Amino acid sequence: MLWETILLALREIRRNVMRSSLTILGIVIGVAAVITMVTLGGGATEQVTSDVSSLGSNLLEVRPGQGGRGPGGIRSTGEMFEQEDAEAIAREIPGLAAVAPNATASTQAILGNENWSTSVIGSTNAYLQVRTWSLQSGRRFTDNELRSGKAVCILGDTVRKELFGGQESLNDTIRLGRISFRVIGLLEAKGQSSFGTDQDDFVLIPLRTFHRRIAGNTDVGAISISAQDGVATAGVERDIERLMRERRRIQSGEEDDFHVRDMEELVNTLTGTTRVLTALVGAVAAVSLLVGGIGIMNIMLVSVTERTREIGTRLAIGALERDVLMQFLVESVVLSSFGGVVGIVLGLTLAAIGAHVLSVPFVLNLGIVAVAFLFSGAVGVVFGYFPARKAARLHPIEALRHE
Amino acid sequence: MNAGTGNSGNHHLIELQGVTKVYGGGGASMEALRGIDLKIEEGEFVSVMGPSGSGKSTCMNILGCLDTPTSGAYSFKGIEVGGLSRDQRALLRRYYLGFVFQGFNLLNRTSALENVELPLIYRGLPAAERSKRALRALETVGLRGWETHAPAELSGGQQQRVAIARAMVTEPVLLLADEPTGNLDSARSREIMELLTTLNEERGITIVMVTHDSRMASYAKRTVHFLDGLIHSEEDNGKGP
Repeated sequence: MLWETILLALREIRRNVMRSSLTILGIVIGVAAVITMVTLGGGATEQVTSDVSSLGSNLLEVRPGQGGRGPGGIRSTGEMFEQEDAEAIAREIPGLAAVAPNATASTQAILGNENWSTSVIGSTNAYLQVRTWSLQSGRRFTDNELRSGKAVCILGDTVRKELFGGQESLNDTIRLGRISFRVIGLLEAKGQSSFGTDQDDFVLIPLRTFHRRIAGNTDVGAISISAQDGVATAGVERDIERLMRERRRIQSGEEDDFHVRDMEELVNTLTGTTRVLTALVGAVAAVSLLVGGIGIMNIMLVSVTERTREIGTRLAIGALERDVLMQFLVESVVLSSFGGVVGIVLGLTLAAIGAHVLSVPFVLNLGIVAVAFLFSGAVGVVFGYFPARKAARLHPIEALRHE
Repeated sequence: MNAGTGNSGNHHLIELQGVTKVYGGGGASMEALRGIDLKIEEGEFVSVMGPSGSGKSTCMNILGCLDTPTSGAYSFKGIEVGGLSRDQRALLRRYYLGFVFQGFNLLNRTSALENVELPLIYRGLPAAERSKRALRALETVGLRGWETHAPAELSGGQQQRVAIARAMVTEPVLLLADEPTGNLDSARSREIMELLTTLNEERGITIVMVTHDSRMASYAKRTVHFLDGLIHSEEDNGKGP
């Protein structure tokens, strides 16, 4: 009986293709908007999260100068740090897993005829931990190498490929500028970051070696810190700010001449933005579904009036009230679910195109697809009920007389 | 359905006792029926005549369980219809009654076959059984080969025959026809009346038919005349059972 009713509903809908399509447009738009936004938002969130976790978990970075928010917004005008600053942070602030003072310069990496422009980073083994690098072969720096500033280096994967290609590179010697370094370790590749920079394009050497051989000073350009798991980075950030203000003798009322950047904060900002956008689109979709629902109610009321004699005939030959109620309810649910399906298909298509254009991954969220479908069906029930009840309550004699 | 007490031998198929019907309330009320007594036996063919407003349509609606009397009693197969709910009356119509209307009331844009199948759908018959019985009914009314045509593609006489097929496909106990020939010319009307007579004589279907036309009324075995909400007279057409 239900199957008959569904077939009947499909036939009625097919009879007025134009009217039916226009009726479901509101639902199509609402559902498509939600699906597109949630899918793209999910993709963006996933990308940001995976980028940040490849950057290092619970990562904080202390840099000189006043920092603008977000990537690239940093003006390094403040005085550089000293290695002692990093040691003080490691000593006095609780809840830290690793502290890596580091300094960066650009350089030419040379091997025979191969010549590659890259950056050289001076730091300690803590840098590998903070930035979650792992070695594909070789070893880390020894304490001796770190203390006495030996000319040894660990290569990022891009540098290795550019200089050595497929050849064995461990224990070979390369030149950075005019100084020869022995390769003691090779890093696993991480690939591109979400900002399009190659994360593997650098050479890591001991900080001491960097100071003596490359920079000729003892400046520390940045201190990378990772907090222990479960420690709130916001609290750590406050502690670091207090300590550094003390060490740099900044009077109260004066602004910091350094800043602490919290990666978790960055993630939260980004995911927060997508969440706000999703909520906004959700609100638009809710309005669209409401309008779509009213459209369906309107069309169903018209349909009931048009088919009054049919209803009368059905009642006369033995249809129960609930048979007629079901007939019209099923019709409006089929109509609105169809709108939902069209909206889902349209939304996923738009999301796939959007993901391609914005180069974020396409993350299919089956949950939201199911919710969207159920919601569109529910719209049919809610807004179809009143017209269906009106049809079912018709008096057979009056319905039969209707012209 | 609580089938009434006793067997049908002790009961008339239809028994109206002092049935009145008042429309509206208070000062504006209108008495359509003012006390009708009528008995119809199973297998009868009764025609109902009377001028407009005489109450014959109201009486048909009550007989068809589409409406209930204001006072008085209507028993159908021993069942007191006045005490039934709306859904119970719908079930009574579904299982025992067939309707033929003046305006045919076929569903547009569905084929003749689907129209005839409609009451079988409400009886919950499987699709194969439905189309078998609907085809047989269409054959009985002489419309073999017209199954896939929509009502709009059929003549008035053919449409009324589809409607008769729809009414008889369930093999009802009682067939109610409200001016079945009102929209047809005299040749088509005669065909329809002959069809109804056949159904009555060969299948034993009880028929009650409203008509304005005394020539049509004469096909019935008995004619009941309505006037001003009362039964004015009855005449036997000399074809008694």
